[in-house]
Amino acid sequence: MTETSLYVLQQLINGLTIGSTYALIAIGYTMVYGIIGMINFAHGEVYMIGTYTAFITIIGLFTMGVSSLPVVLLLALMTAIIISSTYGYAIERVAYRPLRGGPRLIPLITAIGMSIFLQNYIRLAQGSRDLAMPALISGGIEFGDPDVFEVSLSWMQLIIWGVTLASMTALALFISRSRLGRACRACAQDLKMANLLGIDTNRIIALTFVIGAALAAIAGVMLGLYYGTINPYIGFMAGLKAFTAAVLGGIGSIPGAMLGGLILGITEAMTAAFFPSEYKDVVAFSLLVLILLFRPTGLLGKPEVEKV
Amino acid sequence: MLKLDNVSTFYGKIQALHHVSLEINRGEILTLIGANGAGKTTLMMTICGTPRAQSGHIVFDGRPIQQMKTSDIMRQGLAVVPEGRHIFSAMTVEENLLMGSFFRSRNEAAAQLDHVLTLFPRLKERFNQRGGTMSGGEQQMLAIGRALMSQPRLLLLDEPSLGLAPLVIQQIFEIIERLREEGVTIFLVEQNAHQALRIADRGYVLENGSIVMSGSGDALLNDDNVRKAYLGG
Ligand SMILES: Nc1ncnc2c1ncn2[C@@H]1O[C@H](COP(=O)(O)OP(=O)(O)OP(=O)(O)O)[C@@H](O)[C@H]1O
Ligand SMILES: [Mg+2]
Repeated sequence: MTETSLYVLQQLINGLTIGSTYALIAIGYTMVYGIIGMINFAHGEVYMIGTYTAFITIIGLFTMGVSSLPVVLLLALMTAIIISSTYGYAIERVAYRPLRGGPRLIPLITAIGMSIFLQNYIRLAQGSRDLAMPALISGGIEFGDPDVFEVSLSWMQLIIWGVTLASMTALALFISRSRLGRACRACAQDLKMANLLGIDTNRIIALTFVIGAALAAIAGVMLGLYYGTINPYIGFMAGLKAFTAAVLGGIGSIPGAMLGGLILGITEAMTAAFFPSEYKDVVAFSLLVLILLFRPTGLLGKPEVEKV
Repeated sequence: MLKLDNVSTFYGKIQALHHVSLEINRGEILTLIGANGAGKTTLMMTICGTPRAQSGHIVFDGRPIQQMKTSDIMRQGLAVVPEGRHIFSAMTVEENLLMGSFFRSRNEAAAQLDHVLTLFPRLKERFNQRGGTMSGGEQQMLAIGRALMSQPRLLLLDEPSLGLAPLVIQQIFEIIERLREEGVTIFLVEQNAHQALRIADRGYVLENGSIVMSGSGDALLNDDNVRKAYLGG
């Protein structure tokens, strides 16, 4: 294989990795939008809180002398999911639910306020400097031509793919097969009718916040370990990218969020491959503008059904 | 079974129901007729708690329900087929029906599903079809079937014949009478006053948010004012 094709393969691997995490975070935007039509701008912060929780858990376990990799990883994931879900639930309960039924702009502004609040709250509690995430998982496999270009696929990348695939499969099964998942779909289609069938729609809405937060936390743990540094501002860019992915795929559509995340991650990596890497954000957002020009509902989104 | 006492409902500042009192007895078909905009849908939805009655009392089987959350009201033993059907168009017939028995146990739901499918053999044929791709009549049957899935003692029907062909309307009315024989109490809102009054035990006439007349189905059918206003002379 030529050097270029090996290089492209390398970027594909990197893009798929980042894209997976965008997809995980994007689910939270798309599910919440699908059911109550609002953009939860504080979602990026929920992701960031997941990363911090994992950081604290890992450091804590290390000081206690726990060093078994699977145990540390699993506990970091579990605590991050629990803490982020609690935040996701609390944000909805405290900041959004009381505003429901009013003008749509108000919860949107509240969400931005919530995002700023959480960012600063973590900044005060944890400091605003970069923290170094312990490198739990290093190494990987290398292939390609040692004389031309060596492609590396790290264990961490493989773990990110595996965890993303498992989470997405679990989500898809939950939504399509389970009784509660069916209720989520019904609520997304016709909230009022679902309510008239005896479904406590507030609880289903809370559930979508919790699911979105849990997936964002998983992404937070993975990306924290992958990049190796965290700070209170990482939620902003990750959130913006994931939101872009959700819109790209068609906001409201779960498969759309998955697809949008992967496309965005790969586009970014490919741009970084051939242009100075500062261009990757420009290209990512230009891609969004382009797709929206030609397909305003996103790749897999359905045109807004007139709700009577 | 259901009693409304002096119920008033507002949309913002606009009053849509004026001191409505009405009673539904167990086992009967009660119909409510009235012109467009009279407040029929408002009355039916007020029973369900959306919109909420601003004043007055609503009592179902001896229990006041006007303060309850809608989802709790709908678990008391009443179910609604709302105006416009509101089936879940992206979900299959089966899934739509199962949503109707959301708060019932798995066994209850399975038993009731069998029953609903014998009432509506057409739904059985279309079991895996998406709700949105069915004909208007089939969708109406699905909406009624879905409401029945919760095994309601009282069924609220808002203009089930709207926009359907005469033959299908006939079928729907036959189903309604059959449900009554099975012991389900029916509250039927209709603009199709003639047909509604014919199968109803009793009826009320709603005008501009107020009940202006009530009586047995036959009495209303033969009333001069009702004939002029709602039965085309
Ligand atoms: N959501 C709403 N907001 C404001 N006003 C409403 C709303 N829904 C209904 N109304 C008003 O309340 C009145 C009663 O409406 P309603 O839908 O109950 O009438 P209806 O008897 O069911 O009419 P139709 O036969 O056309 O279905 C109407 O004047 C209507 O404009
Ligand atoms: Mg109406």
